[in-house]
Amino acid sequence: MNIVVLVKQVPDSGADRNLRNDDNTVDRGSANNVINEMDEYAIEEALKIKEAHGGEVTILTMGPDRATESIRKALSMGPDKAVHVVDDALHGSCAVATSKVLAAALGQLNADLVICGAESTDGRVQVMPHMIAERLGVAALTGARKLTVDGGTLTVERQTEEGYEVITAATPAVVSVWDTINEPRYPSFKGIMAAKKKPVQTLSLADLGVAPTEVGFDGATSAVVEHSKRPPRSGGAKITDEGEGGVKLVEFLATEKFV
Amino acid sequence: MTVDRILPTDEAHDLLDLATELADRELAPKAAGFEERAEFPRDVLRTLGRAGLLGLPYPEEHGGAAQPYEVYLQVLEILASRWLAVAEAVSVHTLSCYPVAAFGNDEQRKLLPDMLGGDLLGAYCLSEPQGGSDAAALSTRAVRDGDAYVVSGTKAWITHARVADFYNIFCRTGGPGPKGISCLLADAGTAGITPQAAERTMGLRASPVAQLAFDEARVPADRLIGGEGVGFTIAMSALDSGRLGIAACAVGLAQAALDYAVGYARERQQFGRAIIDFQGLGFTLADAATQISAARALTLAAARLRDAGRPYSIEAAKAKLFATDMAMRVTTDAVQVLGGAGYVADHPVERYMREAKVLQIVEGTNQIQRVVISRALAKG
Ligand SMILES: Cc1cc2nc3c(=O)[nH]c(=O)nc-3n(C[C@H](O)[C@H](O)[C@H](O)COP(=O)(O)OP(=O)(O)OC[C@H]3O[C@@H](n4cnc5c(N)ncnc54)[C@H](O)[C@@H]3O)c2cc1C
Ligand SMILES: Cc1cc2nc3c(=O)[nH]c(=O)nc-3n(C[C@H](O)[C@H](O)[C@H](O)COP(=O)(O)OP(=O)(O)OC[C@H]3O[C@@H](n4cnc5c(N)ncnc54)[C@H](O)[C@@H]3O)c2cc1C
Repeated sequence: MNIVVLVKQVPDSGADRNLRNDDNTVDRGSANNVINEMDEYAIEEALKIKEAHGGEVTILTMGPDRATESIRKALSMGPDKAVHVVDDALHGSCAVATSKVLAAALGQLNADLVICGAESTDGRVQVMPHMIAERLGVAALTGARKLTVDGGTLTVERQTEEGYEVITAATPAVVSVWDTINEPRYPSFKGIMAAKKKPVQTLSLADLGVAPTEVGFDGATSAVVEHSKRPPRSGGAKITDEGEGGVKLVEFLATEKFV
Repeated sequence: MTVDRILPTDEAHDLLDLATELADRELAPKAAGFEERAEFPRDVLRTLGRAGLLGLPYPEEHGGAAQPYEVYLQVLEILASRWLAVAEAVSVHTLSCYPVAAFGNDEQRKLLPDMLGGDLLGAYCLSEPQGGSDAAALSTRAVRDGDAYVVSGTKAWITHARVADFYNIFCRTGGPGPKGISCLLADAGTAGITPQAAERTMGLRASPVAQLAFDEARVPADRLIGGEGVGFTIAMSALDSGRLGIAACAVGLAQAALDYAVGYARERQQFGRAIIDFQGLGFTLADAATQISAARALTLAAARLRDAGRPYSIEAAKAKLFATDMAMRVTTDAVQVLGGAGYVADHPVERYMREAKVLQIVEGTNQIQRVVISRALAKG
């Protein structure tokens, strides 16, 4: 099975993250950039499928030059090769444009199965898998907590608020996964060494036949106009217990409609 | 504190990054709980094994990662700074693969890829109840009977007894003294080898230590490593390497204690200021930091001799002696820096202090290291 995993480089969600003051995009320059957490689960799932059924796993990333670090890291877990879409015109792309570029790249990769994270920790739009599937004209099996492959049939347990739904589709298809689906492996030292030698193909917008005006700020369907930091939390109400602390506590909870 | 390290290769940097990630994510969060429950973290070692950390200093053709000792020891140091028991387990396992790797024949070396592959765990059985320091006087006997050696006796304080997959057994096949000793490699499942109840130890409780009883255990004769009478040479040679491992563990443990104590001393206020600003306390920390750097440098200098194929046994003894005495002192001082908080289990330094003690005892007590060093001086 030919599997492509979408991998996005994002600022480490455990550290302080910012938007840029000049153009309101994610500040990737000063951040400690890592693989989007959910994508590690996507990689793990792809590797497990390859181990069970054979085939090839390709990483696909759209991002600036330094996304190479994340690509190498992804490859060190075990995938065979990577494709990196990099082009100065991409800066400022919206989700719609991103999906156009990724779909164009996927058009050249002939995937039976595209796996990605259910959301990224920076954009958190959660729409990429749906948009890409729509553009490719294939099924979107999103929010998977379990994926079973049986020949050309995919069965997914789709995680919902209430429980899960079982859905099936034939390949080719796009599957997005939550972190409940598996436990991603650590790269091995040998894997890190091997990753240095794995092929990484870079593609520009021209290679994909996408015009620069369709992406970036020019092609954006939406724009972030303004941003500000969430205000720090206020001190909260302090209740000093002078015999009626319990009553005051319940009154507070009732006023705030907690009880 | 981040340590600025000059490493021989780019891949060594990648390896240390991997070790740091594993130490921070898999070791640090689990250490306190497992130590409290005295539970051996077998799965953590499997994770390290799959990442390739259980065979670092051995040749690639045998399934190792062909890393110089200089690099391997820094991996150990990083692991020890997050959880000593796990670093010690890696060190003991690495030591347990040494006899076959260095003295085994071609047929025996075919076992190495499995031993180094990350799924198996080894133990090194030298000490006996009646004597650890005077290892040449060991009394566990192995008698040749057809195609096997029949082993009887008792080994003591064996790390990984009960959890190991293979044992290096040092036993007497000949007369008294070092020349009568041989080394056998036995599968843990061998009939007649029975681990006893785990000892209740002062520290390092997640690492199981127990006696091992041998009751006419039959070990195939083709598992004799290096020939009859070579056992003591193997044991001492293995310990030269093992001592470097213990030294690196001591550096990591001391660094963890210092880092914790410094963090505390910067926060804790007395008499209206941070206690680190009292010279009496700041100097204690300064001495600790200096001693740690010195121990690290001494350990790596000995490792570089080993990597260059030069004699390093005396330098390894010095490193083990200095680094482990240093770790005892630094962990004790860390408890002092935390005051009353240092003495309670909510902070890790009381555990560090209990753990440091064992490093002065294992793989040759620090008195024995002094014996080794002073003998060399006497010989001139
Ligand atoms: C504060 C803020 C507000 C924004 N608001 C909007 C908005 O209103 N409308 C809008 O259109 N855009 C908006 N964006 C931009 C949007 O987040 C990016 O365009 C982003 O690429 C959208 O995808 P996502 O990563 O959020 O996708 P998601 O659907 O959350 O990501 C799902 C998965 O898709 C894959 N994926 C996503 N991007 C890539 C990539 N570059 N390379 C490879 N795989 C990838 C990953 O596997 C990822 O896990 C906003 C961004 C920010 C920071
Ligand atoms: C947690 C733990 C794990 C261990 N793991 C292993 C293992 O995996 N494999 C293994 O084989 N052993 C292991 N040991 C055993 C350890 O190596 C021995 O305990 C150690 O070598 C000391 O031997 P002993 O306990 O018999 O002490 P003894 O030899 O009885 O020594 C007692 C005291 O006398 C001193 N002494 C002895 N001889 C001299 C001398 N010539 N000059 C000056 N002082 C001297 C010693 O330094 C010590 O202070 C372990 C021990 C512990 C506590």
